[in-house]
Amino acid sequence: MMSGCPACAAAPLAQETAQGPALQFSVPGVTCAACIGKIERGLSHLNGVATVRVNLSMKRLSVAGQVDPEAIQTAVAAMGYEIYPLDVARLEATRDAQGRALLLRMAVAGFAMMNVMLLSVAIWSGADGATRDMFHMISAMIALPTVAYAAQPFFTSAMTALRAGRLNMDVPISLAILLASGMSLFESLSGGEHAYFDAALSLTFFLLIGRYLDHRTRTTARSAARELAALEVQTATRINGAHSETVPAADLRMGDIVLVPTGARVPVDGVLLSTAALMDRSILTGESAAISLDAGATLQAGEVNLTAPLRLRSLCDGTDTSLRRMAALVETAENARNSYTALADRAAQIYAPAVHGLALVAFAGWWFATGDLRFAINVATAVLIITCPCALGLAVPAVSTAAVSRLFSLGYLVRHATALERLAEVSHVMCDKTGTLTRPFVNLPDDLSATDRQIAKALAQSSNHPLSRAIVTALADTPAAELTEVREVPGNGVMGYYGDVIVRLGRGSWIGAATPGLCLSIGDAPPCPLEVPEVVRPGVESAIAALDLPCEIVTGDAALPAERLAACLSVPFISGASPQDKLDRLQELSDAGERVLMIGDGLNDTAVLAAAHASIAPSTALEASRNAADVVVLKDSFEDLPLVLHIARATRRLSQQNFAIAALYNAIAIPIALAGIATPLMAALAMSVSSLTVLLNAQRMRWVK
Amino acid sequence: MNVLVVLIPISLILGSAGLIAFIWTVRSQQYDDDSGNAARILLDEEDRV
Repeated sequence: MMSGCPACAAAPLAQETAQGPALQFSVPGVTCAACIGKIERGLSHLNGVATVRVNLSMKRLSVAGQVDPEAIQTAVAAMGYEIYPLDVARLEATRDAQGRALLLRMAVAGFAMMNVMLLSVAIWSGADGATRDMFHMISAMIALPTVAYAAQPFFTSAMTALRAGRLNMDVPISLAILLASGMSLFESLSGGEHAYFDAALSLTFFLLIGRYLDHRTRTTARSAARELAALEVQTATRINGAHSETVPAADLRMGDIVLVPTGARVPVDGVLLSTAALMDRSILTGESAAISLDAGATLQAGEVNLTAPLRLRSLCDGTDTSLRRMAALVETAENARNSYTALADRAAQIYAPAVHGLALVAFAGWWFATGDLRFAINVATAVLIITCPCALGLAVPAVSTAAVSRLFSLGYLVRHATALERLAEVSHVMCDKTGTLTRPFVNLPDDLSATDRQIAKALAQSSNHPLSRAIVTALADTPAAELTEVREVPGNGVMGYYGDVIVRLGRGSWIGAATPGLCLSIGDAPPCPLEVPEVVRPGVESAIAALDLPCEIVTGDAALPAERLAACLSVPFISGASPQDKLDRLQELSDAGERVLMIGDGLNDTAVLAAAHASIAPSTALEASRNAADVVVLKDSFEDLPLVLHIARATRRLSQQNFAIAALYNAIAIPIALAGIATPLMAALAMSVSSLTVLLNAQRMRWVK
Repeated sequence: MNVLVVLIPISLILGSAGLIAFIWTVRSQQYDDDSGNAARILLDEEDRV
């Protein structure tokens, strides 16, 4: 294995020694070996590329060497993959030191357990006298250093809990490991019959598996969330007299003059200095129509500039925008949500005192009855080991790891540790409309000639208006016509010349058509009206139909588009809702005892996303909204939404089953331990069997439909 | 029982050899991309960079 694949072994080392820090890109489209081969082979021929490595688990590409990032993006895009540059500074500390330390501790515990188990089998098979004592001593030599190293995470966690005057699951675990090791050492030195070194080690090993699984689930979510943040470039162009400079958005000061290029987000709240502007506020207010503004109007951070580059004078510091304040509000709400007690913690609150009480009773009872202190301690140790939550420590992490990785492969990123449990309890669904359920779309008439289509595409390409972008999407396969003197008239449309014919795309009133809606006009021919239905995001209809919960649309948009969508999905709706109205509606539902799932993307949804019992946001949402959401949908389609709820419920069901399995095993084993007839062999068998049962039961998550 | 003098050190040495090999795999980042490594086995040798 070590020499079978030299390239695998050499690649990571080569990457580390390569010149300069590696460039990181997000490539969401890689799914298989063919993609890896294609990208790596294609890029290795680029000038200056030292190493190139695709990470399939994180869907990420890292390239080292003296190479222009633009060249890589062009090359990968030409191969047909979406590619986004990632801000390496924001991805810092992607090396997961804690996870590696856990993995190492787990490995040490595992190997030590195997060796001690070999020796224990000999003892269980009947070794006695000097041989048994020698085997016990060798076991002690392996087990004691291992416990001291591998079980540290439990000891530190237990100490923290005890200092704070609380009991957590790690207190009985640490006590059992320490008592088992100490008692066994004493028994070995005094030539006793029973030593629990193997139990102490297998306890450590199994529980470290649970700890590692838990840690991996959390870091996958955290690194993917960090990646989403790294996609958003947070810089602004500040104008200083005659020259301009690029600065981080946070460094902007009140009174700075800022240039906002076409298609970019406004970085800071400010006053418009340019004469006119057309802004897309859908992400802030939910309105699907663009808004035209005149000089002196107020702009809010987060709006998108749809037409010519504009200038603004900032009204606040870059760190104090309304967007940031909203993000801070979200953090407060998050903390409130953190007070939700996870299933495992609730179990631990009952479990830890019960175990300690039981061991104490066993100790006191046997000491009082027999007067034999050594035997009483032995029984108490056996009780602690046997009741020790091997299965309990694995029950929840094993299930939630399986669920989270299943959801990740479906394109759903679970951001919050208790999100699945809260999703399982949801009884009512509230949806935002614009950007969440719908996207703008343009219906081109079938009788539009090929030339007209090409002209329409050429005009649409030069504008960032959502409708223009929709036309470009609709005409993806059509080549653009050659136009001259193309310019955008803010608030009205785009115009240009095709040869010497004037062509225009825009408002009907501006073109001179009979209809007020979007029209295409070519020369003197009558303008051709284009239908602009808002199309539903793929999968929404089937998802809403398949949801077994009441669902409603609450939108900031006007009544007409909301009603049209609501009729199409046959769900009730509330239109023209301000963020406060949305919150009030949420409060109303919560007061009626409903647990609400909020699905939304805009800044106007952020407060509701944070306050709802559970929340889902698409990856196109603002960073503040994504941060507020429990689950982020990484792909375009909402088709799997019901499956997310099914998986969440299955997580709860399987966790409860696992608890039941652990309880059943305890119900059989505790009386045996209390009776003082437990042997190390029985402890080892019961512990392994129950741990394997819960691990296998968790794997049923793969088949949840 | 003299055979134990040989067997026990052997089992300990083999165990620690396994452990050291595992530590090496962790250190050389072989667990950073498990699904990628699973897929890479399907690449032909000439496909490799």
